[in-house]
Formats: sequence, C-alpha cells, structure tokens
Amino acid sequence: MVDKKAKTPALVRLFRDQTFRRGVIAILAFVVLWEIGSQFKSWFGVMVPFIGKIAPPTAVAVSWVEVGQWPGYWQSWYLSTGRVFLGFTVAMIIGIPFGLAMAVNKYFRGMFFPPFEILRPIPPLAWVPASIIFWPTTELSIMFVTFLGAFYTIVINVLGGARSIDIQYLRAAQSMGATQWDLFRKIILPGTLPSIFIGAAVGMGITWEVVLAGEMISGGGQQGGGGLGFFIWSSYMGGVMDQVVVGMISIGLAGYISSSLIRYIGHLSMPWRRMF
Amino acid sequence: MSNQSVGGVAPSGFRLMLLRSARALRTPMPYLAFIGIGLWLGIYFLFNEYWKLFPFYKIPGPVEVVTEWVSRDPIWGTSLFTEDYYRNIWVSCRRIGIAFALATGLGVPLGLFMGWSQKFKDYTFPVLETLRPIPILAWVPLAIVMFAGFETPIIYLATLASFFVTALNTMLGVESIDESYFRAAGCLGSKKHHVFFHVVVPGALPFIFTGLQISIGVAWFSLVAAEMISGDYGLGYMIMDSYMVNKYTTMVMAMLTLGFVGWTTSAMVRVAGNRMMQYRQKALGQGGV
Amino acid sequence: MTANPNSHSGNSRGAISIRNVSKVYDPGGVNVRAVDDCSLEIAGGEVCMIVGPSGCGKTTLLNAIAGFHSISEGQIDLDGEMLCGPSKPLADQGADRVVVFQNGALFPWKTLAENVAYGPVVQGVMNKNEAREKSIHMLDEAGLSGVADKYPGEVSSGMARRAEIVRALINDPKVLLLDEPYRAMDALTKSIMHESLLEVYDRTKVTIFFITHDLEEAIFLGDRVIVMTTRPAKTKKIVDVKISRPRDYRLLSSEEFRVLVEETKEAVHEEAVKAFEAGERELA
Repeated sequence: MVDKKAKTPALVRLFRDQTFRRGVIAILAFVVLWEIGSQFKSWFGVMVPFIGKIAPPTAVAVSWVEVGQWPGYWQSWYLSTGRVFLGFTVAMIIGIPFGLAMAVNKYFRGMFFPPFEILRPIPPLAWVPASIIFWPTTELSIMFVTFLGAFYTIVINVLGGARSIDIQYLRAAQSMGATQWDLFRKIILPGTLPSIFIGAAVGMGITWEVVLAGEMISGGGQQGGGGLGFFIWSSYMGGVMDQVVVGMISIGLAGYISSSLIRYIGHLSMPWRRMF
Repeated sequence: MSNQSVGGVAPSGFRLMLLRSARALRTPMPYLAFIGIGLWLGIYFLFNEYWKLFPFYKIPGPVEVVTEWVSRDPIWGTSLFTEDYYRNIWVSCRRIGIAFALATGLGVPLGLFMGWSQKFKDYTFPVLETLRPIPILAWVPLAIVMFAGFETPIIYLATLASFFVTALNTMLGVESIDESYFRAAGCLGSKKHHVFFHVVVPGALPFIFTGLQISIGVAWFSLVAAEMISGDYGLGYMIMDSYMVNKYTTMVMAMLTLGFVGWTTSAMVRVAGNRMMQYRQKALGQGGV
Repeated sequence: MTANPNSHSGNSRGAISIRNVSKVYDPGGVNVRAVDDCSLEIAGGEVCMIVGPSGCGKTTLLNAIAGFHSISEGQIDLDGEMLCGPSKPLADQGADRVVVFQNGALFPWKTLAENVAYGPVVQGVMNKNEAREKSIHMLDEAGLSGVADKYPGEVSSGMARRAEIVRALINDPKVLLLDEPYRAMDALTKSIMHESLLEVYDRTKVTIFFITHDLEEAIFLGDRVIVMTTRPAKTKKIVDVKISRPRDYRLLSSEEFRVLVEETKEAVHEEAVKAFEAGERELA
C-alpha cells in the first residue's frame, strides 16, 4: 500500500479529494461574488449595499503588487512580527512556570489564582491607555499589552492541562522510585505540553489582535510608529481603501502563518501525540 | 427517590450552599485567597500611593480610586452616584446584548448545519476559515466605511468576533456527538428532522455553551477596542476619553467596571447553560457529593 | 428459507436469511475483507449468538442488517423481504430491527421514560401522552419503576442497559440486535442482566441476534451459537444448544452446560490465537 501511494503526486491526490475541490470552488465563488458586488455600481450603476463600498479583489491585487515594492510595507511586517514575537515569548516565559507552579502547589494556587481571576476579565485592550501612561515608551506599552493578551490564555491552559494529568501516571512513577523533580520533568511537563501548545496557538491569535489594536490606538506616533495596524489605519486615514484590504489580508496571513508554525512545532515536539 | 435510600434527604438549594461554604471554610483555600488578594492590593497601594515609586505613581492607587468611585461629589466627575457612569455601562451592555444575540442567532444554526452536513461544511467552512485569521480590529476601517454612524460599525465588529467562535464551536459540538446516537435514532424510526432536533441540537449543546462563554468574552474584547477607536459612550470610550483628558482615576474605575460587567455576563451565560443541560448537572451530582 | 429445527418457539416473525454476504472495506486504498461469503439462516423467534475474536467482522454483519453499513456482495432477507442485496447494498434503517449498542446509546439528554417513548412518538404511532404511559408501564415491568424520570447518567449501567432494551421492545421489533451489550459489566451484574434478558425473551419470543465474546454467555442465552472465523469472517462452527427454556443461573453449573462450553471453546480459542497473531486492530 505504501508504494502505491508514493506513485501519485501529492497535488494530484489533493485534487482528487472532494472536500478540497469543494473548498476551492467555495473560495473562488466568494471572490467572484465580492468582485461583482464591489463593481456593480461601475458596471450597472446600482450600488449594492455594504459590499458596494469595499474595494474589489482585482483592485486589491493591483494595489498589493504596488505596495509590495515599498520598503515601508515590509518594514510594517517586520515591526509587527517583532512585537508579537517579543510579547508572546515573554508571556510564555512567565506564564508557563506560573501556571505549572499553580498546578503543582495548591497553596500557591490558593493564593495567586484569585487575584489572577479578578484581573482576567478586563480585556487586554482596556489596558492600552494605562500602559501608555505607565511605560516610558510606546513600544514598551504595546509590548506589555501584547504580553497580557497571551499571558492569560497560556496560564489558564497550562493550569488546566497540568491538573488533568491522570494521577495514575504519578503513582506509577513514584512506585518506580521517581523523585519530585523526575515527576515534574518526566510526567507533568510532557503531560502539560499539549495544553501548552493549544494555549500558545490561541494566545498567538490574541497577540496579533492586540498588537494591531495597540498600533491603531497608539496612533503609531513617532516613537513606536509603523506596524501593520498602523499601515491599515494610515491607509484608511488617507482614504486608500484598497490598501486597507491589503493590510487586512496581510495581517490575516501573518496570524495564520504564526499559528501554523506553533502547531508544527507542537507536532514535532510531541511525537506520541500527533494531534494537530 | 433513590437519593433518600442512599442517605437521608439530599440537601438542596440554599441549604446545600450553606453546607458547601461551611465545608470550604475548613480548608485553607478561602484564607489563602484572602492573603493573595490582600498581597496584591497591598503592593498596589504601597507602590502607587504610599511610596510613590517610579513609574507606578503615574497610575492612581487603590485608595484614590475607591474614594472617587464611592464619592457623592467626585473630583473627576464620574462615580457610582453620577448618571454618566451608568449610561456608559448601559450603552456597552446594550451593544453586547445585540451583538451576542445576532452572533448566536446566526452562528448556532450555521454551525449545526456545518456539523450535520458534510457537503454544506465543504462549501462554507473554507470561506469562514479564510476570513477568521483576520483580526477583528483590522475590520474597523471597513466597518466604518460599510456602515454609517457610530452604533452599527461597533455592533458589527462585536458580532463578527463572537460569530466565528460560536459557529466553530457549534460545528465541533455536532462532530463530537457519538455516532451511536445517530444510529440509535435511525433504528428507532426517526426522520431527518427528528434526528436534527433530538440528537444534533441537544448533543451539541455542551459545546455550544462552551463556545458562547468564549464568544461573549471575545465580544467584549472587540467591543472595547471598537469603542476606544471610534465611539461615543460605552466603557471602552470611557477609558479612552478619560485617558485623553488625564482623568486617570476615572480610567482605572472604568477598567475595573469593565472587568466586573464582563465577568457577570459570562457568568450569566454559564448559568443559562446549566439550566438548559439539567441532565449533566444531575449526572455530575451523582458522581460528586 | 429453512426454519431452524432447534428453534424453541413457534414464532414465525423475524426470520433472517443471510446468503453469501461479503463486505470489503477500503480504507486508504487497502482492501480489507471483513466478511467473506457468509451464509446463515436464523428462524423467527430464535436466539442466535455470534461468537468470534475481536474485529472479526461480527459487527459488520450486524451493521448490514441494521442498515448502518452497506454490503459488497450477497443478500440479506428479513421474513422473505430483501433488506439489502446486489441492487440495494444499504438496508433502510427501521424500527423492525432495533439495535442495543456496545457502550449504550440511551440519549443522555432525555430521561429514561423519554428515551423509551421516543420511538413510538417519532414513528407517529402514539402521541406523547400514550407513549409516556406505555413507557412507564414497560419500565415498571422491567423493574425500573422508581427511575423512569431519571437521566441515564444518574442510574447504574445495568439499569441503563435494561432501559435500552425496553426502548427497543416498545417498538415491537421483529429482531433485536445486540452488539456486546454487557461487555463492560462485572460478572455479577452480567448474570442479572442475562436473567432479565431471558425473562424478556420468554415473554416476547422476539428474534435475537446477539454478538458476544463471552462463550458462557452465548451458551447460556442462545438457541444456537455461531462461531466465526477471524477476518474475513465465515461461519466456522455452529453449536446447537438443546437446553430447555425457561433457563436460570442453576444451568451454569450443570453437566450438559459444561460439555457444550468445552465443545465450543476449542473452536473459539483457535480463532482467537489466529486473530491475536494477526495483531490487527478492530475495524469499525
């Protein structure tokens, strides 16, 4: 059976798959409807509500080609990605140990979980102004809010994951003479890994959302300027709607690539659990 | 009835609550929580208000915020006793209400059909998945252009955010239903609509409510962002506005209020879910106490 | 259609005729023959026990009768009418053949009484009130009077399984299809379940198609025990259980019972070894 599969190229197999073909049709239909909806006024003189005001995909494509030649556009990618990466990394570095500590020690959990839960319902974006006041630079304040966005999700997932580990594993290890450190290193950590990666994938989505908002709200002043959020906002202010759509697609793409990357790393680091 | 045979009358309602809280007081947990929150407030007070450390002093401390909050004559013009405060809460809640209702009304049926019919899923899911990675905030300019005024774009953004979550979770919920329930329904003589209303809908309900709890959180998230960027009234606007005019005490007040209101709404969704899924509560109760 | 001479009942409803049935699965381009040229005549009112190693295709046969899966070759008739055959590989699902599932499939979101009343209501043969009355009456008969308004999650697995059989019986089915229904139960509960099933059978004389791993269960309950080979499934041995009904647990320690178990055990063990060595995972 193995060699039989190897003979058909991956692409051919993909197109034989009905679900894939239907997906392609659906997305093509979506783009065509969008084009018709946006162009309706110029073709037939009647404005389609809502869609009629959006730039058509052809205009967006043309604009993208043009924008792709500006260094500023790529600079935006670079700036946003950098912020996401930093905020996210810090959230992982602080969030994972914090969540694990809460999971393994019930006194620690009893003490720190309540204040965490009191602060958690405040949406990260509500922190933007306070963060701008608090941190000396806009850059730092955007990063802080980014960190918050990912932090809550990661902690909650780590805590939930570590607590859901079957107690039998721990008992089995103890009966074989494992030390506390062994238990932590060999059971709790790998047992929590799937939840860490789920939390990270969700957290990554939130991080992009927050970075964008931070860039839009802080107006990307002189200090922390730029970024894809600022790109969208300044395009909007300049009235260039096809560029706004380019920005939207770019940031969607960036978010999608980062989440896929996390899933891929998860796939590599958890050979016993190819779940993604 | 069988409860009685097990061990007297099982306590319920208020009595059960008393029993549980009495039991909880015998564990260290409530005291630890008290210490934890105390510690946090203490640090907040000392850093921001007492020692006035840099840069903490820039954010108003707890005493200042609470004093302002309960003051009949607030220095910065907003407190529990001003009409303005409730007006902002009301505006945000109304927007959330509308957005959440719209998202649920559209998302749940869409998710149910996607989970139920492979063909329907094949044609709709890819489009949904293409749009979903675009952060809600990136829609702000488009929303402003597409819809006139303040109100509609804000509601549209909150709806969009919560719609994706609801639809996706509902779909996963239907897919999580054990095949044997469909088979059982089939061999008991069900027609398609029976399967839909007696298996698909109740079977997906636990996932739907998990989704709704997330979705209301996401709705608040987007609402606040939208209100901050382009709003008049609402808690997000209150935060942004008080920041702009340097009323930082009011700003912190608005943040805390937002947390409280957001928490209340998601608790409401949870309670509604438990009400609608009595069978799960009962099965859990059997395993618990 | 030849009636089985060993059948202990005069019931003519629910005769199943399986002729030359084969089923080929095609997961990822690999042809797996789950059932190969299997023929079996089950008389109306017979308790037919199917025994065989895990994953040998017993469930495939049941799924074909119930209409969950299509067959690749052959034909299955119920009372002389074709369920599935060359022109129609997938049987219609219907309340004349009700399945009791391996892990139980009472709807957890309905009370036991609602579960039992479900069939007649959706088929439109009773209105809600009639169905409720009848279901409460039938649950009473099955010794479940106190728990009619409880949810399946609140009662023991034994009670739930009994209620599931009541849910099947209320439809007055021609055939009851049981797919290892007592698999996960402890021996004591199991023996209670066996007696209650025997009691139900003596009352209704419904045809029973019962899949199991448990040889003693098979001989205790059945009129005939069909031992299947490992994949692809064929009938390897048919054991007639000529033990009079009504039966009860005393039978388990009788000489004739033990002789039958011995006689069957060898055939089953041989297949179990083959299946184990093949080491294949169970197919759906």
